Amino acid sequence: MIEPYPLSRRSVLVQVAASFAFLATRPAFAEADETAQAIREFTGGAKITPGKVSIEVAPLVENGNSVALAVAVESPMTVDHHVKTIALFNEKNPQPQIARFHLSPRSGTSRVETRIRLATTQHITAIAQLSDGSFWSQEVEVIVTIAACTEE
Amino acid sequence: MANALLDLPKTARKGEVIKITTLVSHLMETGYRREISGAVIPRLIIHTFTCRYDGEEVFRAELFPAMAANPLIAFSTIATKSGPISFTWVDDAGITLTESVDLVVTD
Amino acid sequence: MLRLRIILTFLLGVVPGGAITRADDIAPKDRRSGFDMMSAETQAMQKNDLANPAMLWVREGEALWSTPPEGGGQACSGCHGEARISMKGVAARYPVFDASAGTAIDLAGKIQQCQVERQKASPWPRESKPLLSMSSYVGLQSRGTSIVPAHYKGTTEAASRGKALFNRRVGQLNLSCANCHDDNWGQKLGSAVIPQGHPTGYPIYRLEWQGMGSLQRRMRNCMTGVRAEPYAYGAPEWIELELYLMQRAAGLTLETPAVRP
Ligand code: HEC
Ligand code: HEC
Repeated sequence: MIEPYPLSRRSVLVQVAASFAFLATRPAFAEADETAQAIREFTGGAKITPGKVSIEVAPLVENGNSVALAVAVESPMTVDHHVKTIALFNEKNPQPQIARFHLSPRSGTSRVETRIRLATTQHITAIAQLSDGSFWSQEVEVIVTIAACTEE
Repeated sequence: MANALLDLPKTARKGEVIKITTLVSHLMETGYRREISGAVIPRLIIHTFTCRYDGEEVFRAELFPAMAANPLIAFSTIATKSGPISFTWVDDAGITLTESVDLVVTD
Repeated sequence: MLRLRIILTFLLGVVPGGAITRADDIAPKDRRSGFDMMSAETQAMQKNDLANPAMLWVREGEALWSTPPEGGGQACSGCHGEARISMKGVAARYPVFDASAGTAIDLAGKIQQCQVERQKASPWPRESKPLLSMSSYVGLQSRGTSIVPAHYKGTTEAASRGKALFNRRVGQLNLSCANCHDDNWGQKLGSAVIPQGHPTGYPIYRLEWQGMGSLQRRMRNCMTGVRAEPYAYGAPEWIELELYLMQRAAGLTLETPAVRP
């Protein structure tokens, strides 16, 4: 990799960046079917309809160790019609589950905020189980960039 | 597990929806990291968080290693009557942290 | 580990040495905190005390402030009263010259000194949770104040040694701090933006660490990044570097406790 001519600092940095781009596409840890399996466990195999759920998350994050995320579900949150559970799944962390939030008519809203870890660029799925037993979902992609000058 | 920061109003009108933000200090060790020696660092995370208010559990979260360290969880509840709102975090070591805040509810 | 090794191998491969011109120091009007180079999400995390995990450490520091040490000494509050008043502005002018030690001392070192000399207690080790918590709590009392122009009596020499260290090429990569932080700030290293390297927010909550760390820990990361052997915690070189960094950051606002990626 020795260049035949001296590089300026700026071009060195550009090349370092190129090596990162390569790294970002390295194979991920978890298998997509593990995620599918975890989702099936949660729904008991019931049909999941895209919609009603919205995930708010930055499309690109600086560090996957702490990614702010909010989920909200369209629901009147009454005794008869409310969100029972919101479950979050990832695609490429070592384990597909992230969290399950249990709500009730006493929640008032169906919005939950948290911070999660993402090992690499991947999709996140939020699935809501409503009081009528139906399941609704949304999936978003988050691009995770990597910090420089870390420890070891 | 050491301490928690809680943000919620001190007073609310009956029927009002209040937002509660909780932040707790915890490493949330995933169980997937290794020491320099190669030994796996055992998992040690908060696995359950619950909020109780007015005689009932009003919110519960089951957490996995994909939750960020020092977990933040924000949710809402309807103000029903004056009294304590309690928050409990339980980790893999069986350590439990409970905090409680009084809410004054006006008609 | 793998990630860093690859980036370093890469740098090693392409840096034949020489051919790098040094830019000038950053003009005061161009000085910008690392905060400005973070994503909106990370900025939001720092700006909101209820979302900033560093506040968990601050709260612990607050509790320690009024807790007497083992051995019967007085609590910090016993001599210093309310930190809000007695510690205001302190972090914005450290490190200072310490006559008894005959050398410059940083804020964490000063806290340790009070523990030993005034509380007759054993000092919290560098990078320990209580010392970081107390440093954050004391630091918070200066949040929003300007870093005071760094012409401390007796510290000028130490600061110029710090400047020399900042400009000295080190490590297998043969890079100086200035090569990145003076010459290439605003550029990207991998996906990280190179900041100007100002000490405005310390101790910080770094997402990469998933916890709190000192300026010395942050600088260590940069030194291992260029494959140089970092100085030991508390070493005079760190204090000298910090003194120079404070001079270089004069006029910027203290943000402790900051969040960084
Ligand atoms: C017995 C009294 C006493 C106790 C207890 C004490 N200090 Fe001090 N401290 C002093 C005095 C006197 C000074 C000023 C003289 C000096 O610089 O040594 C001082 C100076 C300081 C300074 C530097 C202030 C400045 O303006 O430069 C800091 C920071 C500090 N103390 C922090 C602490 C902390 C934190 C604790 C508790 C862990 C503590 N002190 C406990 C007496 C005390
Ligand atoms: C190869 C380039 C490079 C070199 C050389 C380098 N740094 Fe850095 N430094 C960085 C990058 C990149 C960051 C930001 C890291 C991130 O966001 O992942 C940083 C961050 C910092 C920060 C944190 C600034 C803030 O806003 O909190 C300080 C302080 C710092 N460096 C000091 C130094 C010192 C002192 C040296 C010399 C011993 C040095 N750096 C050498 C690239 C470098």
